Amino acid sequence: MNSINLDRDPYSIIITGVGGQGNVMASRVMGSMFVTNGFSVTIGETFGASQRGGSVMSHLRISKKSSWSPQIPRGGADMIVSLEPIEAVRVLAAYGNPGVILLSNTRPIFPVNVIKGEATYPAIEDIKTAVKNSISHAIFIDATEEALKMENPILANIIMLGAVIGLNILPLERDDFHKAIAERVPHDKIDVNMDAFDLGTRLVRQ
Amino acid sequence: MSYLIDDNREGIQHLLMGNEAIVRGALEAGINVAAGYPGTPSSEIIEAFSKIARDRNIYAEWSTNEKVAMEVAAAASFAGLRSLCVMKQNGVNVASDFLLHLASSGTRGGMLLVTCDDPGALSSVNEGESRLFAKLVEIPLLEPGDFQEAKDLTKWAFDLSEKIRNLVMIRSVTRMSHASGNVKFGSLPDMNAHAEYRFDGPLLDMETGPMISMIVAAPELQHGPQQEKLKKAAQLFEDCPFNTYNGPESPELLIITSSACTLYVREAVNLLNIEDRVGILKLATTWPLPPNLIKRNLMRSKAVFVVEEVLPTLEENIKILAAETALETGIKTFYGKHSGHIPSAGELNPDIVISALTKILHIDYRPVEPSFEQKTAKMAATMAPTREMTFCPGCPHRASFWSIHNAIALDGRNGFVCGDIGCYVMGTLPGGYSTVKTLHSMGSGSGLASGFGKLKQFGIEQPVLAVCGDSTFFHAAMPALTNAIHHKSPFTLILLDNNGTAMTGFQPHPGSPFDVMGNTAEALDIEAICRAMGGRVEIADPFNLTETREMLNYLMEYKDGAKVLILRQACALSPERRGKKKFDVSVDESICIGENCGCDRLCTRIFGCPGITWDTEKKVSRIDTIICAGCGVCADICPAGAIQKKEVA
Repeated sequence: MNSINLDRDPYSIIITGVGGQGNVMASRVMGSMFVTNGFSVTIGETFGASQRGGSVMSHLRISKKSSWSPQIPRGGADMIVSLEPIEAVRVLAAYGNPGVILLSNTRPIFPVNVIKGEATYPAIEDIKTAVKNSISHAIFIDATEEALKMENPILANIIMLGAVIGLNILPLERDDFHKAIAERVPHDKIDVNMDAFDLGTRLVRQ
Repeated sequence: MSYLIDDNREGIQHLLMGNEAIVRGALEAGINVAAGYPGTPSSEIIEAFSKIARDRNIYAEWSTNEKVAMEVAAAASFAGLRSLCVMKQNGVNVASDFLLHLASSGTRGGMLLVTCDDPGALSSVNEGESRLFAKLVEIPLLEPGDFQEAKDLTKWAFDLSEKIRNLVMIRSVTRMSHASGNVKFGSLPDMNAHAEYRFDGPLLDMETGPMISMIVAAPELQHGPQQEKLKKAAQLFEDCPFNTYNGPESPELLIITSSACTLYVREAVNLLNIEDRVGILKLATTWPLPPNLIKRNLMRSKAVFVVEEVLPTLEENIKILAAETALETGIKTFYGKHSGHIPSAGELNPDIVISALTKILHIDYRPVEPSFEQKTAKMAATMAPTREMTFCPGCPHRASFWSIHNAIALDGRNGFVCGDIGCYVMGTLPGGYSTVKTLHSMGSGSGLASGFGKLKQFGIEQPVLAVCGDSTFFHAAMPALTNAIHHKSPFTLILLDNNGTAMTGFQPHPGSPFDVMGNTAEALDIEAICRAMGGRVEIADPFNLTETREMLNYLMEYKDGAKVLILRQACALSPERRGKKKFDVSVDESICIGENCGCDRLCTRIFGCPGITWDTEKKVSRIDTIICAGCGVCADICPAGAIQKKEVA
């Protein structure tokens, strides 16, 4: 077991994105990594109807004591992991605080009202600037572009997980991920998931 | 195998969804039969049972509807087995006719009704309240307050059911069913169930007689004994280990709560740092309330705050006991839904509880610096456009509603569509071209259409259409169609057959060639059923826009009785289509002239598939190849021929 402790109890992580990006998978993998390390984990998911093109969020509460609310209180996130850039902005406003650590993918998924021309989607550089002007720990990575190089865009969620662990903030290690992913994917898919994870770790350590 | 049973060392911890914890609890109680109808947030329960059915000798099924599910589970109980039926809150309405009678006849083997409510209607057309059914039909109601308890309370409920010889209701909510937490496993019992239905004994003998509801005009014979069962449950609840009190002996404020609200209350009390000022009475047995336990706790404080979701059910029941015991417990100030401290609608969260507590206890609390809050709120308002619900890329419903909308417009008589329950509820929204004009419960589209169709004698001239999915057809639309055909009601039922119960995760239904456990099943032929019922039946592929639209216009003109158009195309998320593109779709930028085209970019402005985007710089449409599912429909709506599809080899 890793000796690093979390600086808050419960430690609150939000994984956000758009339906179909593998949000639930990412949250359950991360949750089980913590359980393996002796933590009490509570995960709140928003899925179902909202899956159809809507914003999705998983709230993770990591504690040494007990279960906590599956909905994080306003302003209460310690870390935000976003698979889509404007979802990072949305979650930052509702759950962020000046000390939050934010890790976001850069690949936009356009809402239908943007496609229709009823709303505009900001330039990614403008999103980065605005986010970095409001918090001091914000990291953006091109997870989907990297996943496309691996010929499987859905792996962006695993690249993001690798990046999270690469930050060395959470008391989790590569082996914990290996154990968690092996329980969830077919045997022949473990290696590609490990490759995506390692790639994510490298991206934040460069 | 599944992690629910593959490591059975007692005391091992797993991260389980609330729904999985309920399943594990039932397994530890030695469940034999589980039946349900899919509905968010309840669907994972039958799915989890199906994965371990063989290993644990369990019979699991997706029944045609919730009433049948309850009947299937009750049969097992009558034969001495342990069983449960599971449904979402709206399903309890469907099952309620049998539920009333079952509560009257009682049960033998332990039997649970598991209902998963959806406060806030996150995945429902309403946030219906199922708890009142327990009071209405006079059965006990249990509500787990965390994930461990979801398992332990389920196991406990089977014993309770057998002690009182009646059905026990367990109510979960979305934030319990779909949330996950650590659960410590207990042991699994031996599998030695034997089923036999005994009926040779005297009428009304719970052990050996026929299981019958209601002896005509003699309610005292059955209603009285049923109420005795409920009294016995209340006595057992006095010592239920899942009702707990935490806090000072005599707090300033007594908070009474249950279910997921327990977690919101704990969070709020912790954040406000008021552990020494408030006490939390967490109840798992919410009907009937154990009167002595409530009385003892009411004596702790002059102020009582009830925290619950949907209707003020717990609050009102507590108030009755407070009134009855007022001489001993004293006059109280009550806070809750009636006082306005808890909103009357919508789901709760820690912030709502915090806000109420700061008002009641006069606390000043600010979670975040106002300047940060204002800055990020402004950023979200300007930079993060909302995401409206829409059909998935490649969804056959988008193509179906495109054709229905165009057929109605072309017909020109102000026709309309009666909607039904499934993903196609989005036919009410711009994503379905706002085509659907009524929306209520399962099967109601066909029933309403049957009624509208008979209004001609009062001068109605509008063509009437209805939509329903294949699972909904079996669930509740068949009786409505029967009615329409019998009464020669001239409407067109558009059966959106996407080959499974798509909205809830693709469960099989009576038209599927396999059941939930993977066994081959008799696939009922919807087309043959409709023909045998006497309806005129046509079939089209919704991805063939011209054929579908023409067929719709023909059927709308055809005045004789009820007609059925089956629009058959598999769901884009179905195993047969998911991740497999039929077409490579692309935009020829030399042909697309976007806003200058006569269509004024019909594909992005109106059609609205998330797979097509608009390049604001080049002023052309683009295909997002990551999102596009390759159905090729957009190529057929592009009047310029700029969107092109090439069959994938």
